[in-house]
Amino acid sequence: MMRLPKFEYRVAKKIGDAVKMMADAGADAMFVAGGTDLYPNMKRRQQTPRTVISVTRIRDLHEINGDGQSGMVIGASVTLTELCNHPIINRDYPVVANAARLISTPILRNMGTIGGNLLLDTRCNYYDQNYEWRRGINFCMKKDGDICWVAPSSPKCWAVQSSDLAPVMVALGAKLRLVSSVTDRLVDAAGLYNNDGISYLHKMPGELMTEIHLPPVNGTRAVYKKLRRRGAFDFPVLGVAAALDVDRDGTVKHARLILGGVAPAPLAVEEAAAHLVGKPLDREAIAAAAEAAYLKARPLDNTDFVMGWRKQMARPFVTRALEELRHCR
Amino acid sequence: MAMNNGNNGRPHKVIGKPFRKVDARAKCNGQTRFADDISLPRMLYCKLLRSPVPHALIKRIDTTRARQLPGVVAVITGSDLPIPYGILPVSQDEHALCIDKVRMIGDPVAAIAAVDEDTAFEAMDLIEVEYERLKTISTIEEGVYVDEPRIHEYGDGGNIHKRVSLEFGDVDEGFAEADHVREDVFFYEGNTHLPLEQHAAVAHFDADNKLTLWSATQTPHYVHRALAKVLGLPAAHIRVIATPNGGGFGGKSDPFNHEVVVAKLAMMTGRPVKITLTREEVFYCHRGRHPVLMWVKTGVKRDGAITAMHFRTFLDGGAYGSYGVASTFYTGALQTVTYNVPRYKFEGVRVFTNKPPCGPKRGHGTPQPRFALEAHLDKIAEEIGISPVDIRRRHLAPAFSVTANYLRIGSMGLGACIDKIIEASDWQNKFRRLPYGKGVGFACSSYLCGAGLPIYWNNMPHSGVQLRLDRQGGVCVLCGSTDIGQGSDSILAYIVAEVLGIDPFDIRVVTADTDLTPVDLGSYSSRVTLMTGNAALQAAERARELLTIAVAEKLNVPIENIAFAERRAFDVENPEVGVSFAEAVVLAESKFGTIGTVGSYTPPRSPGKFKGAGVGPSPAYSYSAAVVEVGVDPETGIVTVERCWIAHDIGQSINPVLVMGQVEGSVYMGLGEALMEEMTYRANRNVVHKFPSMLEYKSPTTLEMCDVKTFLIEDPDPNGPFGAKEVGQGPLLPVPPAVVNAIYDAVGVRIDEVPATPEKVLAALRAKQQGKDARFGPKSIPEIEWPAPLKVPTPAEGGDGKELPRLAVHVKD
Repeated sequence: MMRLPKFEYRVAKKIGDAVKMMADAGADAMFVAGGTDLYPNMKRRQQTPRTVISVTRIRDLHEINGDGQSGMVIGASVTLTELCNHPIINRDYPVVANAARLISTPILRNMGTIGGNLLLDTRCNYYDQNYEWRRGINFCMKKDGDICWVAPSSPKCWAVQSSDLAPVMVALGAKLRLVSSVTDRLVDAAGLYNNDGISYLHKMPGELMTEIHLPPVNGTRAVYKKLRRRGAFDFPVLGVAAALDVDRDGTVKHARLILGGVAPAPLAVEEAAAHLVGKPLDREAIAAAAEAAYLKARPLDNTDFVMGWRKQMARPFVTRALEELRHCR
Repeated sequence: MAMNNGNNGRPHKVIGKPFRKVDARAKCNGQTRFADDISLPRMLYCKLLRSPVPHALIKRIDTTRARQLPGVVAVITGSDLPIPYGILPVSQDEHALCIDKVRMIGDPVAAIAAVDEDTAFEAMDLIEVEYERLKTISTIEEGVYVDEPRIHEYGDGGNIHKRVSLEFGDVDEGFAEADHVREDVFFYEGNTHLPLEQHAAVAHFDADNKLTLWSATQTPHYVHRALAKVLGLPAAHIRVIATPNGGGFGGKSDPFNHEVVVAKLAMMTGRPVKITLTREEVFYCHRGRHPVLMWVKTGVKRDGAITAMHFRTFLDGGAYGSYGVASTFYTGALQTVTYNVPRYKFEGVRVFTNKPPCGPKRGHGTPQPRFALEAHLDKIAEEIGISPVDIRRRHLAPAFSVTANYLRIGSMGLGACIDKIIEASDWQNKFRRLPYGKGVGFACSSYLCGAGLPIYWNNMPHSGVQLRLDRQGGVCVLCGSTDIGQGSDSILAYIVAEVLGIDPFDIRVVTADTDLTPVDLGSYSSRVTLMTGNAALQAAERARELLTIAVAEKLNVPIENIAFAERRAFDVENPEVGVSFAEAVVLAESKFGTIGTVGSYTPPRSPGKFKGAGVGPSPAYSYSAAVVEVGVDPETGIVTVERCWIAHDIGQSINPVLVMGQVEGSVYMGLGEALMEEMTYRANRNVVHKFPSMLEYKSPTTLEMCDVKTFLIEDPDPNGPFGAKEVGQGPLLPVPPAVVNAIYDAVGVRIDEVPATPEKVLAALRAKQQGKDARFGPKSIPEIEWPAPLKVPTPAEGGDGKELPRLAVHVKD
């Protein structure tokens, strides 16, 4: 069977302790919450931290406060199951609970956390393999090698952003609190992600994500659609998060359309937003937005399904997302 | 028909009743000891170093550094195990560790025994192997056309492993008689068994130089033979115990390199050695469904009666022979047992490629041609304007007949199966009548109830049972059969309990231990219920006879008056006059001495005598028919199977709940093959398996499983115990073709290739919109020179089952 490598395991009870442990441990350390992403990766030697610092015992990271009027603050170690079941989140931010419900399986949602999902390692069929398999292709640039097998002439890694919550948070305009031993900052979700499969986060290694801040709802309607092979387990191979502010007269005031699962970072389709804003949300506008998303989505051959079909799916999935928003007045 | 089995016409007490499985409680509460649960004192852990290259000569292996690592006890390489083996006598092409050449990524080249698994893992990195790369063969076309480099030095030339050509009757004459002739090309992608339990084995070499191997295997007898051959030990000094399998599906039917390796390491170190494969390694063991490219040509009369059929198959065999020669014949064997095919020609070829070897998976070689045949018939029916039900229902192969290719059909309940599901599914109101995007599809199939011939030539029984009765009333049944979850241990208990009139849970079942139990060939080819069942029936009837004589004497009533039920033996005319079962045994033991009986089963001789007649014959054939209802999303091509109605001709259920479980499990596995499962490789990236993991090898979850309505047709077969036939494999077969036929009904496109993934459906829909061929699938088959067929006159032509002398045959070009 596959076994974990040896590592030092430390448990922090307070945010301050966690970030200090991290500062002391240096570059070979990682935070862990549910471990549903990190531990399998460690078994396959994709990630090889020498020190793992658990943050699940930090009580502050489990808090959920606020509501749709004031905005909400969700602790980063809140489990996905808690997120799915939380009454205020379900009432005021149903898109968040719905997206969380689409992640993996009930058992993994019991362990996995919102912060862990937002920081999920990028995924690729050439990378998410065990050590012996990767040795068979002489490794790839994301770990132990120097080539991107998806696009061999590419200087950068094309591993895919595969979190279901990331595009939702970007679409909602959520902010994320990052704390280290020397800094404490609030960043836009959109600003956290970097379009590079290796350094896919604008985050210092010593920074711990502590809170997710959802802005007040103010009439924003949002929806998330996920493409995957099966109704459970699978990561998205296309995620569509759409958030719209619609006037009383039906004119779209503000629109954000974010694609997940097609690039190393959540992909904002500004062209689609441009087709929607200032117009009623009618079939024509939706078709134009869907076409813009189709043109912008350029998935590569490194996930489940063939890439050409995944690209084509941008049209119906964006259409269905926007149609749902059109009909949920 | 021996339906009452001599128990004075009394109704069955156990047979046909939904008893609990004898191992159910242990399975549910975690007490079952699987191979990986075994732990022995001083046990070492084994890891296999596998090839990271798909095709190469091994120039050098240096294990020095690995041996020096503290905790490493032994390291072996190919030269330590020079004798080849393989499941078929004609394909002894595997070495436990590769000697001079690797043929696929995952081929093992060295093995380490260490004090723990971490150390063994670490030692793997310290073994240096130098490879000289060879060009790879990765597709059927390359296997057919590229002769060099050869993956193996044997076979039918180049990288062709096996070529087969058989002709029963004159097919050209048959096509000339037809009113309509159609040709089609199909492809069935390879897929794997995906048992939840990974293979594991533990070996122990004791102080008397006797070897014991516990292994998750479906075929302990064949593993026993392979170990004796490779290790050079007398077979009498080797004991193989098959542990309960956590799923097999055919994937644990070969002798495996890891079994040989732990045995060798145990002999060398004098310590028990264990290995548990990783999931990735299970993908490399494979032996799963062959990818098969198929061409079929059929001639029919206006009413749909088949006048002739010509079938060609191309199998991608992977890196080793495994069961492949049998698989090749199976792709051409069972086309004739469902509908009357008066003249039939089959040509098949299996090629070697640098991929994990294919072999037997549930349905072994027959789901692929069944898929092709049933989709092909759907098209023919539409072309000649009759319903897909009628084209089949009107031309069923008759019960108790011999087919053109000399398969002897016994009971044949396919007509009843069809009637049942057509009515239950409301077919007449759905077929071609549902709204766009919804559709129904129909298909039938048949499967054998045990291979008629053993894997190695011999005249001995295929299954043996010993029964031991003790004076306390205890009954122990011993049999070499292996329970892989299908319930074979329970079947033995039910049958013995029925005959002896006791409770199945009174019986101790001891199975799958080559030291203790008589030989059963293994859990493959759906042979176990029929063959071990008949052996158990014979042993139990012999025991009952002894008890009957002793009890009749004691009660002073005629022998024919004695019956057994409710743990008693009694006079049927005065049921209150009798003795307890335990007393009956005491009486018999007093009279005859210790009571032990044996039973055995050998299948009847097949009427086919030609070369190649060994694959396909069976004591009986089961039949299935299915209707599936699908939804197809025309914007995405995503297919959702909503419902399945399936009827299975079981002959007689020994336990209807277990039968239904097998039917539903088969539907589930069939859906996976129809919709998503595929063993795919990146030919341009070192022929790596694309995704050897349970996450990325897509197999349906419970959420993809459709509602299933199962009907059992009970038409007892004279060759089955109590009339029973198989159910473990057959019900899978109609599912994939029914799905593609339903897709056609839903959106009007033909998907001539499985899995019918959404991109294929969408591509066919786009082609249709553009006025092109509304189809997705292969367009042609490789040009290949087929050998002159072996010509066998059919029974209808007065044939005697032998081929015509080849020299007298005029060979057409």
